[in-house]
Amino acid sequence: MMELYLDLVSPPCRSVFLFARALKIPFEFKRVDLAAGQQYSQEFGEISIVRKIPVMKDGGFILTESTAILKYLVQKYSVADHWFPADLQQRARANEYLSWQHMNLRAHCSKVFLLKALFPIVMDAEVPKETMDAALENLKQSLNLLEEKFLQNKPFILGDKISVADVVAAVEMMQPLGTGVDGFEGRPKLIAWRERVKKELGEKLFEEAHEMLMKSSSLPQTLKSSSSFDKLKPMLQKLFR
Amino acid sequence: MSLELYLDLFSQPCRSVYIFAKKNKVSFEFKKLSLLDGEHYGEEFGKISLIRKVPALRDGDFCLAESVAIMLYLAEKFKTPDFWYPADLQQRARVNEYLSWQHTAIRMHGSKIFWLRLLIPKVMGVEVPQEKMDSALEDLQSSLKLIEEKFLQDGPFIVGDHITLADLVAIVEIMQPVASGLDVFEGRPKLSAWRDRVQEAIGKELFDEAHQDILAVQESVKTIDSGKMQIFKPKILKLFM
Repeated sequence: MMELYLDLVSPPCRSVFLFARALKIPFEFKRVDLAAGQQYSQEFGEISIVRKIPVMKDGGFILTESTAILKYLVQKYSVADHWFPADLQQRARANEYLSWQHMNLRAHCSKVFLLKALFPIVMDAEVPKETMDAALENLKQSLNLLEEKFLQNKPFILGDKISVADVVAAVEMMQPLGTGVDGFEGRPKLIAWRERVKKELGEKLFEEAHEMLMKSSSLPQTLKSSSSFDKLKPMLQKLFR
Repeated sequence: MSLELYLDLFSQPCRSVYIFAKKNKVSFEFKKLSLLDGEHYGEEFGKISLIRKVPALRDGDFCLAESVAIMLYLAEKFKTPDFWYPADLQQRARVNEYLSWQHTAIRMHGSKIFWLRLLIPKVMGVEVPQEKMDSALEDLQSSLKLIEEKFLQDGPFIVGDHITLADLVAIVEIMQPVASGLDVFEGRPKLSAWRDRVQEAIGKELFDEAHQDILAVQESVKTIDSGKMQIFKPKILKLFM
């Protein structure tokens, strides 16, 4: 059976999890506990030297990168066309979003989350106001583009139907919420879109996927009390340089 | 109306699109955009792309951003040879894996080195702290190491026996730090051999043509009006320093 190496506190893990479960693609959930530093274990290093998650293992074929995994699942399981349309322009729009999001929405949502959840215990200092302000400003710019360029007045990014672009966007947008930063606040269009995405994927499933994230307030403590913390600390500090 | 490609060959993703289009004899109008002159902030370009980045494509009334999306669009529309983006499930997945990974790895790290070594000190007149340079170099080394150990391994190209979009996207990014005077190929025979194969597969003339401007940049910065760059200074310093 296909294996997915995941930690649901990670947005790209959630997009793969949600897609596979929503489409009833069978898989074995292999937990990689990031807070315990399991991605740095020898065992995991044999799965992937990049030491990131998600990772997919399908028979002898190991694949990293959530967007590559999603496209693989789409191709292998011949899912309904709307998830990743064959139409030239529609597909281009999906690829455009999936490419743009790495250094934009994903980067900016993660930054806010990491600053709030990890910075104080990893850097032994409070987050400088200037740093937080800059991160929130970047997040705002990405959210503006999500609304004005990608979503516009459509129900979903590609139009009338949900696609992998919406799944990837939604899980990233949820990330700052784990630290109490609500990117949806004051953006009714995005709230409405999120509700549509939840409905298409399944409300219960969406909630299940985000359960761990919503408990992130305990993440700093879990991390600090972990026996791997001293080893992890220098690696985590790199996130903030 | 013909197909238009909005490009500045100083930009890595513009080079990959340019090379791909020319190599595959795609007929297009080269719309030059000078980033250093801030032309991407002009009113006209804003109508092509709200994201205000290059490369951008306009095909009739269809506008598209993101180099990866653009190349995949061209590959599909002009039915380019299969080897660029193989239809085979696993081979395609490997190309997608590289195209995804590179955004926040070699692309980010190579770009940073280019800015820190060249444009920030030489044009903006801002001194780069040694510590910043050292950690940027460390990041670049780890990306290059992963390219060799994970993506290339012992193969002639990143995926299979033939050049793919992955190699094209990789080479243009690696050339950026090279253009700032950092010879990343030195002491890396495997990478050098791969570079030679990629250049040959693309065609040396086309490769050189695409890289002409960037490889002359160390000289051309001497004549850049530093006043032009002042407008970008706060944004760039926030981004890289």
